[in-house]
Amino acid sequence: MMTQYVHQPAFMTGDEFSIETFSLLNPDGELYPGGEEPALTRDHARRLYQAMLATRILDERMMAAQRQGRLSFYMQCTGEEAAVVGAAAALDDADMIMAQYREQGALMYRGFSIDEFMNQLFGNELDYGKGRQMPIHYGSRKLHYMTISSPLATQIPQATGYAYGQKLAGEGHCTLTFFGEGAASEGDFHAALNMAAVHQVPVIFFCRNNGYAISTPSTEQFAADGIAPRAFGYHMHVIRVDGNDALAVYEATRQARKIAVEQNQPVLIEAMSYRLAAHSSSDDPSGYRAKSEEEAWRAKDPLLRMQRWLAKKGWWSDEEEAAQQESLRREVLETMKRAEKRPPPPLESLISDVYADVTPALQHQLDQLKRHIRRYPDAYPRGAKSLDLTLSSATDTQGEA
Amino acid sequence: MATMNMLQAINNALDIAMAEDEKVICFGEDVGIFGGVFRATSHLQEKYGKARCFNTPLVEQGIIGFANGLAAQGSVPVAEIQFADYIFPAFDQIVNETAKFRYRSGDLFNVGGLTIRTPYGGGISGGLYHSQSPEAYFTHTPGLKVVVPRNPYQAKGLLLAAIRDPDPVLFLEPKRLYRAAVGEVPDEDYQLPIGEAEVIKEGTDITLVGWGAQMEVISKAAELAEEQGIACEVIDLRSLLPWDVDTVAESVFKTGRMIVSHEAPLTGGFAGEIAATIQERCFLYLESPITRVTGLDTPFPLVLEKEYLPDHLKIFEAICESVNF
Repeated sequence: MMTQYVHQPAFMTGDEFSIETFSLLNPDGELYPGGEEPALTRDHARRLYQAMLATRILDERMMAAQRQGRLSFYMQCTGEEAAVVGAAAALDDADMIMAQYREQGALMYRGFSIDEFMNQLFGNELDYGKGRQMPIHYGSRKLHYMTISSPLATQIPQATGYAYGQKLAGEGHCTLTFFGEGAASEGDFHAALNMAAVHQVPVIFFCRNNGYAISTPSTEQFAADGIAPRAFGYHMHVIRVDGNDALAVYEATRQARKIAVEQNQPVLIEAMSYRLAAHSSSDDPSGYRAKSEEEAWRAKDPLLRMQRWLAKKGWWSDEEEAAQQESLRREVLETMKRAEKRPPPPLESLISDVYADVTPALQHQLDQLKRHIRRYPDAYPRGAKSLDLTLSSATDTQGEA
Repeated sequence: MATMNMLQAINNALDIAMAEDEKVICFGEDVGIFGGVFRATSHLQEKYGKARCFNTPLVEQGIIGFANGLAAQGSVPVAEIQFADYIFPAFDQIVNETAKFRYRSGDLFNVGGLTIRTPYGGGISGGLYHSQSPEAYFTHTPGLKVVVPRNPYQAKGLLLAAIRDPDPVLFLEPKRLYRAAVGEVPDEDYQLPIGEAEVIKEGTDITLVGWGAQMEVISKAAELAEEQGIACEVIDLRSLLPWDVDTVAESVFKTGRMIVSHEAPLTGGFAGEIAATIQERCFLYLESPITRVTGLDTPFPLVLEKEYLPDHLKIFEAICESVNF
């Protein structure tokens, strides 16, 4: 870049730039004047909405189940379904998604079954993760959805690396990584964006700016105008979008994907939304934010907006809505009952997958443990269960993970 | 056979791996056209192109985060951290991500293709931040493999094995020996086993255990002891995670005495792990306490480096004390 000299000192703060928010639908589900409807087919639009609805219902039921003591922990996507599902709907289903932890909507959109969700939540023998991670740490190889990891922002530079591999493979795929505005404070965020820009990687950085990192409001997370302006520092394409508007999120992500895949350039998307629920089942927002604030955002419910738009198109009806809700609730309850009853993963799963092959040292440790459990089976009911050879371990079978 | 120093042997191994498999990708700070600050990646960019051998921005956590993602995608990254002293910004990516990738996903995903190369160790007037031996931080992390070669022949065979291993490997290179260690290295492709120690000298009186650059020091101490009529058995662990307990225990059954030596500080060092395991295995065979000869529990010094290091004289003294216990 050519250096341009001036002869009076001039400081800048970034206020010189203003980043607007791309929005297509108003809260009544009507297209804003000047906005263009994305080319979504009826089936695609319904698939998008149905994943949003299924996520909302799964979240409601599972949080209730956690409150009943049936589940150890839960996290809701509530309020952010448009951002998460809208983004997933704009990708090719074989693009990689590397999420943070509140993006079950994207997995729902890809076709993860309620049964599959439930098996992970209860950490039973059919959980792909073999009961090793807390609830909501889903993953699916067949659906190109990287297994969730609790440490924040670690997935962001990994997405850059994954997408670099996709670029070399030359099959026209990209990676989209989700993270919150809080996680964007981590060093990994900076590392990821800078490397992606330098190495021209087809990755989409999708920030869900939902206003809070547990209790810390975004005003205490950064001094600048959100996350979007950071893209300038990396010379990266960026767009800010109304995160409660599924159509706008879809269109922004669709165009971002085009840039990523066709130009091998990373894109940053900042979706403005609100975490309507608590951070997790262990959190109580009444201690740090006003009910009135929540109510104001509840009025902007992304599901209602999308539902109204669909209804106006004649692609969805109140009857369908009622029937779908009813059938989803029933499915969640039935699958939950099944998942709860399935046995835990076998004791051997304690030592498998640490390495590709079990090492002799680990086998020795497991053998010692087994001898101990046989002496005190009552103290270790789960481990003892899988030691009992009369119990069958596989009661159900599940397809490819 | 060719005569190579350790850097040439490492470069040769990378060359072979990249020629054989186009999924092998080398990157790190200054790794591209410059060939790395030690020249371990010399000419690889010329040969295999910028897409497969390149400079990264100066961000270790990014290098390993990127490498984790690339490995998960199915590529075979060989990431360089310029000095082991600078690996700590990547600690979270290595300990929480690399090491747990397979386990936490129930084997849906893994980063087994990943190899992290990094020069470690003192003796080069590098002071606090160009001398450390951080192996014990990583041996405490299930899911990683930790490998350390002692000479050019070992470096080539172990690095090729590390790159092709189905698990992620931290490959610690003794930088003091990069140019100082010269030896015969086969031109062809070969691998040495990860997880197997090598008895490099047999003896009946005492077992001396170490790895990497320390093997040269231990061997020198063994020669001094031989002059006093003490027959030392010298074992190079080669791999610290997993480590070859059987070979060390077999030796101690025979000798009844053991010294472990490393440059890293005493407290929490890997010698403690070896000592604890061997006393469990060989308790009734021990003739004297297992001794550790290590660096001091201080940051790595500069001017007094020689005083800090566990040199051949300190090891020789420990041998005499153990034998005369």
